[in-house]
Amino acid sequence: MVLNSIDKLLEKYENGETSLKEEQQLKNYFSQETVAPHLEMYKPMFAYFSVNKQEQFTKDLPLKTKKVFNYKWIAVAAVAVLTLGYYFKTPVISSYEEYTYGTYNNPEDALSEVTKSLAMISGHFNKGVSTVNYLDEVKKGTVTLDYLNEIEKGTSIIFKK
Amino acid sequence: MTQTEFLNIVMPFKDKVFRLAKRLLVSTEEAEDATQEVLMKLWNNKAKIEEYKNVEAFSMTMTKNFCFDKLKSKQAQNLKIVHNNYEDGNTSLQKQIELNDSVNWVARIIEELPEQQKLIIQLRDIEEYDLDEIAKMLDMNNTAVRVTLSRARKTIREKLTNTHNYGIK
Repeated sequence: MVLNSIDKLLEKYENGETSLKEEQQLKNYFSQETVAPHLEMYKPMFAYFSVNKQEQFTKDLPLKTKKVFNYKWIAVAAVAVLTLGYYFKTPVISSYEEYTYGTYNNPEDALSEVTKSLAMISGHFNKGVSTVNYLDEVKKGTVTLDYLNEIEKGTSIIFKK
Repeated sequence: MTQTEFLNIVMPFKDKVFRLAKRLLVSTEEAEDATQEVLMKLWNNKAKIEEYKNVEAFSMTMTKNFCFDKLKSKQAQNLKIVHNNYEDGNTSLQKQIELNDSVNWVARIIEELPEQQKLIIQLRDIEEYDLDEIAKMLDMNNTAVRVTLSRARKTIREKLTNTHNYGIK
């Protein structure tokens, strides 16, 4: 390489006017073992540039795919559970109704069954009522306590509202 | 966008991001953290990545801003100064030691430059970006980039000449 052209290139380089290609030329020249003695001081500079270019980033990148939980799905699930629950529940009720009502096909049988059970209810009811008869005695007692009202009248006169 | 697609986009320039961060933050650990942060930001905004015309230039701008923020914050006050071991298999040991020393000088000189000049030297002389690209990344005008670059190169040359001639002249 002609030394003269290197000198020129260096001057251009210092003015920031060199193209990337010309800079590559300079770098190539200064990567040689021997350079012109008056240009010796440029050598470490270009050596530094090329060495520095090889430094690499070696740290791991923790790339996480964030999964944001979508709370809308909770509502969807709730609606699904409700509809399913309702769907499965209704037939149970209807079969229960069938079980409790309309089991007698013959109306006479039904009538006798109903009168029987009603008679049983009224029998038990009367038994219950008879044990409560003593309440009449209480009523009598309260009637005799009516004179208390008289006292109240007297006090109201005293205190004159 | 899947992880592999994202990595394919990011792989070519992740080292550049790292080196730029290291140029500004000096310490390797800090630079690694910064790079990670910048790439994570890109990943989190991966939906928008297609909208960017030039993801690389965008990331470099992001890195620059992120590093400036870091430098302003208090965290940056416990910076470590770490120098790498420069290796070169071609030169003899004597030469290598000598070169190592002067290469370290270059590192130190660049470290002393103002931030803007550091950035431009990094982007131009190490990463070899076009002047227009640099102008876009730094939101500067083309001539301003050229002037800053020229100033930085002259400073480096002057200081290098001084150290080179130290004790000789």
